[in-house]
Amino acid sequence: MTARRVFFALVALLMVVGAATAAWRYIDTGVPFFPGAQKPVWLVEARIDFEAQGDSVLVSFNVPDRPPGFELSLEHTASPGYGFSTVEQDGVVRGEWTIAEADGEQTLYYKVHATPDGSDHRDRTVAEPPGEPPSPSWSGAEETAAEQILARAQETSASPQSLARQLIYAFGTGRDGAADLLLDNYDRAVVIERLLHDAGVPARTSLALELEDGRRNQTPVQMVEIFVDDHWLPFTPVTGQQGIDEDVLLWHRGGASLIDLFGGQNARVAFSMNRQSVPAEQLAQMEEGAGLMNVLSVHQLPIEQQTAFSLLLLLPLGALVTVFLRIIVGIRTSGTFMPVLIALAFLQTELVAGLISFVGIVALGLLLRGYLSRLNLLLVARIATVIVIVVFMIGLMSLLGYQLGFATGMTLAFFPIIIIAWTIERMSILWEEEGPREVLTQGTGSLVVALAAYLLMSRPLAEHLTFNFPELNLVVVALIMLMGQYTGYRLVELKRFSTFREASG
Amino acid sequence: MILRHWRTARRLRQAGILGMNRRNVHYIGRYNDRRLYPLVDDKLRTKLLAEEHGVGTPSLRFTIRHQHEVSDLGRRLEEVDEFVIKPAKGAGGKGILVVTGRRGDRFLSSGERELTLADLQRHVSNTLAGLHSLAGMPDTAVFEDRIRLDPRFESLSYEGIPDIRVLVFLGYPVMAMLRLSTKDSHGKANLHQGAVGVGLDIATGRCAHAVQYDQRVYHHPDTGVALDDIDIPDWRSLLELAARCQEMSGIGYLGADLVLDRDRGPQLLELNARPGLSVQIANGCGLLPRLEAVEALERRHDTPEARVGWAMEQFAAGT
Repeated sequence: MTARRVFFALVALLMVVGAATAAWRYIDTGVPFFPGAQKPVWLVEARIDFEAQGDSVLVSFNVPDRPPGFELSLEHTASPGYGFSTVEQDGVVRGEWTIAEADGEQTLYYKVHATPDGSDHRDRTVAEPPGEPPSPSWSGAEETAAEQILARAQETSASPQSLARQLIYAFGTGRDGAADLLLDNYDRAVVIERLLHDAGVPARTSLALELEDGRRNQTPVQMVEIFVDDHWLPFTPVTGQQGIDEDVLLWHRGGASLIDLFGGQNARVAFSMNRQSVPAEQLAQMEEGAGLMNVLSVHQLPIEQQTAFSLLLLLPLGALVTVFLRIIVGIRTSGTFMPVLIALAFLQTELVAGLISFVGIVALGLLLRGYLSRLNLLLVARIATVIVIVVFMIGLMSLLGYQLGFATGMTLAFFPIIIIAWTIERMSILWEEEGPREVLTQGTGSLVVALAAYLLMSRPLAEHLTFNFPELNLVVVALIMLMGQYTGYRLVELKRFSTFREASG
Repeated sequence: MILRHWRTARRLRQAGILGMNRRNVHYIGRYNDRRLYPLVDDKLRTKLLAEEHGVGTPSLRFTIRHQHEVSDLGRRLEEVDEFVIKPAKGAGGKGILVVTGRRGDRFLSSGERELTLADLQRHVSNTLAGLHSLAGMPDTAVFEDRIRLDPRFESLSYEGIPDIRVLVFLGYPVMAMLRLSTKDSHGKANLHQGAVGVGLDIATGRCAHAVQYDQRVYHHPDTGVALDDIDIPDWRSLLELAARCQEMSGIGYLGADLVLDRDRGPQLLELNARPGLSVQIANGCGLLPRLEAVEALERRHDTPEARVGWAMEQFAAGT
């Protein structure tokens, strides 16, 4: 009996510690327990990697300056040993890191909070308009091509805006030999900028970031901006779209290069971002505050890691669902925690697409595995073969999805390939030994558990709580342990032994 | 709806039905030492152990452990005409091949199926590779004598050998059933696949109850045999054999699968450290009261004979 008492004491302790820590964090940092209806805060982080050459280093990096549609707060740099300052030069804000001596691989982080300001993305009015644009110089053949394209565009346009649109069209769908010639030597955005300059329209190129939750290594998109009616107006040179979408952040606007590096080489910039459900002030408090709760916060990590962590922290919830459905309900699944991993993959692929592809891959795999079983392969080789087949199938489906215009195709790579291969193997053996009915039972069971786990893990509240209050997972553990002690009947057993009910009732 | 479930659960509790969770936590977790599992999960080790303890079991002919021995199979089989090939770690009766004789250079399997030596070799290769094993572990192929069925049993089963599962708890046989394969179960003895389960009265070895697909049945669906007339001969010695398996293996909550051989009497086929719950359905009776009766014993009996005697008195059908 004492062992039981110790067990219950432990469970209670876990619950109390979890709940108390969460309460403390709530009081200390003011993070609300429920994701509010307030505007989302985007955390955008630039990671700069380069190799230092053993001497003093100066990194000058263009940082966003009052981009349209967003209010920026809390810029934050993590760069051990470096001094950091922002300087403004010709109306362009740059962040500068300096160090007296550095050698080898270096990594610098620059992070900002961007809150949509609801300004409908209208740019602020520029007090002093840019001067007359410089007239660009072309080489002989280029000159002819440029004149030709510009003349044609000017014929069909009446304003700077329509001129920009016509030029974008000339280098996009309406591309001809002259455009090809120019594109050989210049980027699309640059050549459009130069042609606009030729026509006397003030223009510049910019870099925009498409904000997407949980993205790592997001590549910025080149934009062209023209100056009309006292403000800069951005165009997307690929689509010809005027203005920008509300989740697009203009990071680098005009002026010099995105990054200048002295004393190093191979500079690379990668952008990561995620969306937070916490009000901006609390977020700032959690990242900058010095209290214990702030130090013990996931928010201290670089955004790349935060994104990975937010998924990891959801895993205990999935495990909880699995334990409940197996012990209390009695659903049979193929592989104990396979459904949780599948649910995790669904979180990345969107439900319907994920479901269809998963069932498709497993069904196809089972068919091919049926042929493999006739080849008499040894087990390890057989599973390895199935793994390769699964990789090919995922590749094919991604390609197909991409060609058909579904972006979801690309996220199929998130499926745990080894787990799927084992699932196929186990299902196929099950088929041979117990018949298709059992395969169907366990397959449906796995899907039901995966779906239930997905539905719980995809709740915004679940993500908000596990991410901002990781200690709540202690409560989850306590619940799991409690269920591990349940010795009552499973729900399916009530049906299985139903004949007894009649006999004794 | 929850209320209805609650009532059902209460009735099952009153009927003494053991559920999966309780079995795992209370019985398997408490009485079965994990260290001992390899003894029962490996049929070869079980067999050697049984021979050591004088528990009757089909004689071992030889084993094949390595792929390179497979080519030698023809020579090693020269002397034997009837045998059974089993994977040592097979699960749920998978991969068991019975050879009943020869016709020319071919082997006869159950159901008059003719097999060539190459067929047997492939079967053995698959076994070694772990095709029939739990979790696909590399395995050993065990060759042993074929059971010659007691003639009184022959008409009972549709294909396959009828085997008797005795649930042994702390050395006491607490419940038993005879499993008869059917056309539906494809010669397999698992109740959920459609085999007939005949609950046997621990006191007498006579049929107490019979089910197929959880429904009460009175005749074998394929052979038409009246199930209520079943009466296992040599019942007491069969139970004693089962009871001895506890001492032999050290496992507290144990399923012993036995058959009756025409010449050698009760024989142990295999042991199971995680016996299922369907024995309750076959007997139309819950396990819990019996298990609790054994647990409540102040002093347990020392010999298998005494334990069987006590169990036969306590667990007569209808009590």
